[in-house]
Amino acid sequence: MSTIELPAPAARDADHFVSTDPFDPASATQLTPEQERFYLASQWKLMWWKFKLHRVAVVSGIVLLLMYGSTLVTEILAPYNLQTRNTDFIYASPQRVHLFHDQHFVGPFVYAQKKALDMDTLRREYTEDRSQPHPLRFFCYGDPYRFWGMIDMSVHVVCPAPGSTLFLLGTDRLGRDVLSRILYGARISLTIGLLGIAISFALGLVIGGLAGYYGGWVDMTVQRIIEVIRSFPELPLWMALSAVLPVTWSPILIYFGITAILAMLDWTGLARAVRSKLLALREEDYTTAARLMGAKPSRIIGRHLLPGFMSHLIASATLSIPGMILGETALSFLGIGLRPPITSWGVLLNEAQNINVVALYPWLMLPVVPVIVVILAFNFFGDGLRDAADPYR
Amino acid sequence: MLQYVVKRVLLMIPTMIAISIIVFTIIQLPPGNYLESYIAELQAQGESVDPQKIAFLREYYGLDKPLVEQYLRWAAGMLRGDFGYSFEFNMPVTKVVGDRMFLTIIVSFVTILFTWAVAFPIGIYSATHQYSWGDYGLSFLGFLGIAIPNFMLALVIMYVANVVFGTSIGGLMSPEYIGKPWSWDKVKSVLEHSWIPVVVIGTSGTAGMIRRLRANLLDELQKAYVVTARAKGLPPRKVLRKYPLRMALNFFISDIGSLLPHIISGAEITAVVLSLPTTGPMLLNALKSQDMYLAGSFLMFLAFLIVVGVLVSDLALVALDPRIRLQGGVAR
Repeated sequence: MSTIELPAPAARDADHFVSTDPFDPASATQLTPEQERFYLASQWKLMWWKFKLHRVAVVSGIVLLLMYGSTLVTEILAPYNLQTRNTDFIYASPQRVHLFHDQHFVGPFVYAQKKALDMDTLRREYTEDRSQPHPLRFFCYGDPYRFWGMIDMSVHVVCPAPGSTLFLLGTDRLGRDVLSRILYGARISLTIGLLGIAISFALGLVIGGLAGYYGGWVDMTVQRIIEVIRSFPELPLWMALSAVLPVTWSPILIYFGITAILAMLDWTGLARAVRSKLLALREEDYTTAARLMGAKPSRIIGRHLLPGFMSHLIASATLSIPGMILGETALSFLGIGLRPPITSWGVLLNEAQNINVVALYPWLMLPVVPVIVVILAFNFFGDGLRDAADPYR
Repeated sequence: MLQYVVKRVLLMIPTMIAISIIVFTIIQLPPGNYLESYIAELQAQGESVDPQKIAFLREYYGLDKPLVEQYLRWAAGMLRGDFGYSFEFNMPVTKVVGDRMFLTIIVSFVTILFTWAVAFPIGIYSATHQYSWGDYGLSFLGFLGIAIPNFMLALVIMYVANVVFGTSIGGLMSPEYIGKPWSWDKVKSVLEHSWIPVVVIGTSGTAGMIRRLRANLLDELQKAYVVTARAKGLPPRKVLRKYPLRMALNFFISDIGSLLPHIISGAEITAVVLSLPTTGPMLLNALKSQDMYLAGSFLMFLAFLIVVGVLVSDLALVALDPRIRLQGGVAR
C-alpha cells in the first residue's frame, strides 16, 4: 500500500503568487444592499417600483380600488334600496347637509322638503322647511335588504332620521333615491367592463397567438377578419347586435349578451399586438429549442412566448376597459342595451334623455359623473401601467 | 402608382363582400322571418293585412327561397343602388333615406376638418413643451374629452346654447329648408347649425388624435436628424418647421383610418340626441322596430364610408409621402 504524495499546493509550478485563502465571489464586486435588492427583484416587482413613481396613476388605482370595493358592500353604503319608492317625493331636488341650525351646532342634518307644484311649467318644486333639523343617523337600521341576495340585513352607513328623508342627489320620476341607484349601478357598469375585457383578452390571446405563431394562411385569414371588423363603425354595429338580442331573454341574459357583444368587437387590437410580437419571437432560439424538445404549440405559446410581454398586454387591456364601459353606457342610454330592473349608469342616464329633463331636473344627469371618473381613472391607471411595463424607459 | 390604385380598389371588393355577409347575417338574426312577425304585429293591432302587399314583399326579398339566394338578391340589389324595402315606412329605403346619407358624409367631413384644425396646434404645443404646465393642462383636457360620453356633452351643450344664446338647436338646418332642394342659403343654414354636432362629435376624436400626434412628434423630435439640425445652429422654430412638422402632416392623413370609424360612431349617437337628420336617429328607430333591411342598409353604408375613407387616405399617403415605395419586397 503506497500512497502517492501530492505536492504541496504552493509548490505547484506556479511562478506567481496564489493565495490559499478561500475565495468569496461576493467580495469581488461589492453591491450595496440597495443595488442587490434591485438586481434580484422580479419583473413584477420592478414594474411595481416604477409604477409607484407615477403619482397620478397610483391615485387613479386607489380610486378604482375604492369604486370596485364599494360594489362589494353597496347595500350597506346606499341609504336606500335600489327600488325603494318614495311616492311623496317624486323628482325631489337634492337635499343639502347642514351643520348649524339657528347658529347652534347640531351635527350633520337635513331639513324636510316642502313640495309645491308650479302650475306654469308643471314642475315640482321643493323648498327647505327650515323649522326643524332632522339629524342624520350613522350605522343605523333602515331599509331591509338581502346582503348579496343571501343574508337578511338592514344596516346602513347613513340613514335619515325616522320619518324624514335623505336624498343627497335627489330622486327620479318614481321617487327613487338617485345616489342609491348610482351606487347600485356601479355593480353592473363596473363589472361589465371587467367581464368584457376578460372575454376579449382570451379571444385576443388565442386568435392573435394562432395567427402569429403559425403565420401563413392562418395569419392571412385572421388579418382579413380583423380588417373587416375594423371597418365597421363600432357603435352602430353594437347597436345592431344588441337590438337583435331576443326580447324574451331575461335581463340577466341580456347583461351577458351585451357583455359578449362588447367583447366580440374589441379583441382585434389585442390580437394584432399579440400577433406582431409572436411573429418576431417565434424566430428566437429559445423557441426553436422548446420545439426541438417536443413542446406542443400551445405550450410554446402559453409558457414561453406570451409571458415575455404579458405585462404589456395587461396594460393595453386596461386601456380598453373604458371603451367598453362607455359602450354599455351609450347602448343603455339609447334604450337598446341593458333593461330595467338591471340598473347600470347608462340605464339611469336613459331618464335624462331629453332636453326638458335636463332643464327641469338636472340632477338626473349626475350618473354621468361616476362614468367620467371611472374612465379618467382607467386611462391614467393604464398609462401608468404601460409606462411601468416598458423595460426600455 | 396606377397599379397600386387598381390593386387597392380590387382588394376592397372581398372586404365589402365579407362586410355584406356579416350585415346580412345580422338582418337574419332576429328569430323567425321578418314578414311573419310583421303580419302578426299588424294583426295584433287589429289592422287588416293586405295579402297583395305581403305577396309583393315575399316576392321582393325572395323570402321563400333559400338563404343564399336571398343574400344574392339583396347584394345584387344593393349594387344597383336598390337598398331594399323599409317595412316601417312602406317605401323603398332609398326614398326614406333621402338626404340623410349625404348629410352624414358632410357632417363627418366637417368634423374631420375640425379635428385637424384643433389637434394640430395643440399636438405640436404639447410635444414641443413636453411636461410643461401647458402640456399637462391640455393633456388633461384631452382625457376629459375622451371620458365625457358624446351624448351627454351634446345634451349639456344643447341646454347651454338654448339658455345662453337662445338659439333653438337640434336639427341641422332651419325648418324652412327641410325638404327643399339644395341652394346656397340652405348650405349656409346647414353650416350655421352644424357647429354643435361638429364640436360634440369632434371632442373625443380630437383628444385621441392629440395624444397620438404628441407621441409621434416626440419620437420624431428625438431622432438624430433633429439633433444634427440643432447642432448646425438652426433656430428651433425652423428645425420644427423644416422636418418634424412635415412628418406630422403625413400623420394626419394616415390617421384617418383610426379617426373615421370613431367619428362615424360618435356621429350616430350624437345625432340621436340632437335629432339631426342624418342616419343616426333613423338607424336607432329601425333597430328598435326591427326593420332590419333598413338598418342593414345603414350599416352597409357606414361601413362603406369607412372603407372608402381609408382607401382615400392610403392613396393620398402614397402620393404625399416619398418614403413609401410601392415597388420591391415588403419588410415585415
